[in-house]
Amino acid sequence: MFELLGIPPQALFGQLLIGLINGSFYALLSLGLTVIFGLLNIINFCHGALYMMGAFVAWLALQHFGLGYWAALFIAPVVVGAFGIVLERTMLRRLYKLDHLYGLLLTFGIALIVEGVFRNEFGASGLPYVIPDSLTGARNLGFMVLPNYRAWVIALSLFVCLATWYVIERTKLGAYLRAATENPTLVQAFGINVPRMITLTYGFGVGLAALAGVLAAPIYQVSPLMGSNLIIVVFAVVVIGGMGSIMGSIVTGFLLGLIEGLTKVFYPEASATVIFVILALVLLWRPQGLFGRRS
Amino acid sequence: MAAPPVTRSDTSFRTQAIVFAIMAVALAAAPAAIYPVFLMKAMCFALFACAFNLLIGYVGLLSFGHAAFFGMASYVAAHAAKVWGLPPELAILAGTAAAGGIGAVFGAIAIRRQGIYFAMITLALSQMVYFFCLQAPFTGGEDGIQAVPLGNMFGVLDLKDTTTLYAVVLAIFLGGFLFIYRVIHSPFGQVLKAIRENEPRAISLGYSVDRYKLIAFVLSSSLAGLAGATKALVVQLASLTDVHWSMSGEVVLMTLLGGLGTVFGPVVGAVVIIAMQNYLAQLGSWLTIAQGVIFVVCVLAFRRGIVGELGRLMGKRL
Repeated sequence: MFELLGIPPQALFGQLLIGLINGSFYALLSLGLTVIFGLLNIINFCHGALYMMGAFVAWLALQHFGLGYWAALFIAPVVVGAFGIVLERTMLRRLYKLDHLYGLLLTFGIALIVEGVFRNEFGASGLPYVIPDSLTGARNLGFMVLPNYRAWVIALSLFVCLATWYVIERTKLGAYLRAATENPTLVQAFGINVPRMITLTYGFGVGLAALAGVLAAPIYQVSPLMGSNLIIVVFAVVVIGGMGSIMGSIVTGFLLGLIEGLTKVFYPEASATVIFVILALVLLWRPQGLFGRRS
Repeated sequence: MAAPPVTRSDTSFRTQAIVFAIMAVALAAAPAAIYPVFLMKAMCFALFACAFNLLIGYVGLLSFGHAAFFGMASYVAAHAAKVWGLPPELAILAGTAAAGGIGAVFGAIAIRRQGIYFAMITLALSQMVYFFCLQAPFTGGEDGIQAVPLGNMFGVLDLKDTTTLYAVVLAIFLGGFLFIYRVIHSPFGQVLKAIRENEPRAISLGYSVDRYKLIAFVLSSSLAGLAGATKALVVQLASLTDVHWSMSGEVVLMTLLGGLGTVFGPVVGAVVIIAMQNYLAQLGSWLTIAQGVIFVVCVLAFRRGIVGELGRLMGKRL
């Protein structure tokens, strides 16, 4: 086999695959954050906690109701989305007229509560979640061995991201959404129920986080703290991308996952910080982010 | 974030002076009744919260990364005292300078964006500091730097004596507090408030807004560093907890609970939160939940905070 800069190809492709997997989660989460931010103008700090909640819903469904992975893929986003809708109706709604920072503080508090409750209930250590039978095994691609489950995660998240992009950018519903992002008052004047749209958008955004949580459950263990470190990286991804466009957040998510994977191959010490370094460089070069609009 | 308006009163300065005097006397007398190490810790966190409040309350910048300055200063001071054998005053100075230096770099990057972006950027940058501290050999990894020696301050004050240490920490806290008070009531502080209220207008009046923001950021990070370095000597420990993002969240909580943009609010908030952590430690993870609930209640129903509400009732700025 050939070697690239002294790196065996198995290691390189292996890390690139991990990078793509992480990138899938970054993309799903930053997409949710972007959609929520577009309409609600808040940065959803409890996104990581709701991602964790999605993984736990899958775990609990299996433990207590015998509902497997495929059911969980639907149940978790619905349950967490419903929880999000309750949050929006009862709390977030009161903050729209205030400074946006209050939304961040409120959702930070909610994240503390949700993570605290789960930690209280399940301890801080991880709980295993097995890969469904139909997705076990791996296939040999010649240059690397690709586990089926990982291929599935990348494919599904790519599909969900692109479907979301299509709905928002190419359908009538998406047009209402984009219009309400630009000028909610005017859209409401045209007879569109903007408050309901806001509620559903929030539910959809956190549903994406829950879906990412279910996808992550078999790869990482299900743990109450799984979301809190991830969310900071996703914030960096969101700032690098610029929250200006849907496609931008998807591309940035996958791209940064890959860069992180490459860093693990060539300079492992920096793999935890590379995204933050990129964040600093991007801010110096293009403060509005790669896909952001100048304010 | 604009602080909720409080009716301006000419007697505010006198009230503030009286409250300050009461606070100083109470803190000087308190060790007779309350465990001094707890009080010293509370004062360090109160200074930390005041430093944070300088940014959020008077410039309207929400930093979610102040743990980086607090924790890094704590490490540098502990390392300077233990490994380099520097006397306490130089160890504290080294910690403060390190925090100010990092603050200058982070500030220069973060002030390129406003609002929630500013919060996310400071959070991300501080996470970088956290990973650095996790990996760098001098921080001792998970163990931290333990048994930080307490030498003679200025060669004469033996800090191993708790009363002397208490007096020194009290002096640092009151000094830092008065410095912040002076800054926010100076012409410089007035410009900061103008930027908070209406940034485009401040620009159009000819102020170089970015320079003001950067100076405020460096001041705030240095003072947070002063608090962190002092804390390293008080508890004789510098650890990853100090530099973790949850510490950044805690200082936000202290300031929010006490009252954003109030003079005394951060002190009250810090004392309440530290007391909760100290006396309710057996609650374990319920403590996190309680902190989350305080966040939610403060944001939804209690945005002025404790001191802000008191000030409104009295019709004075506190």
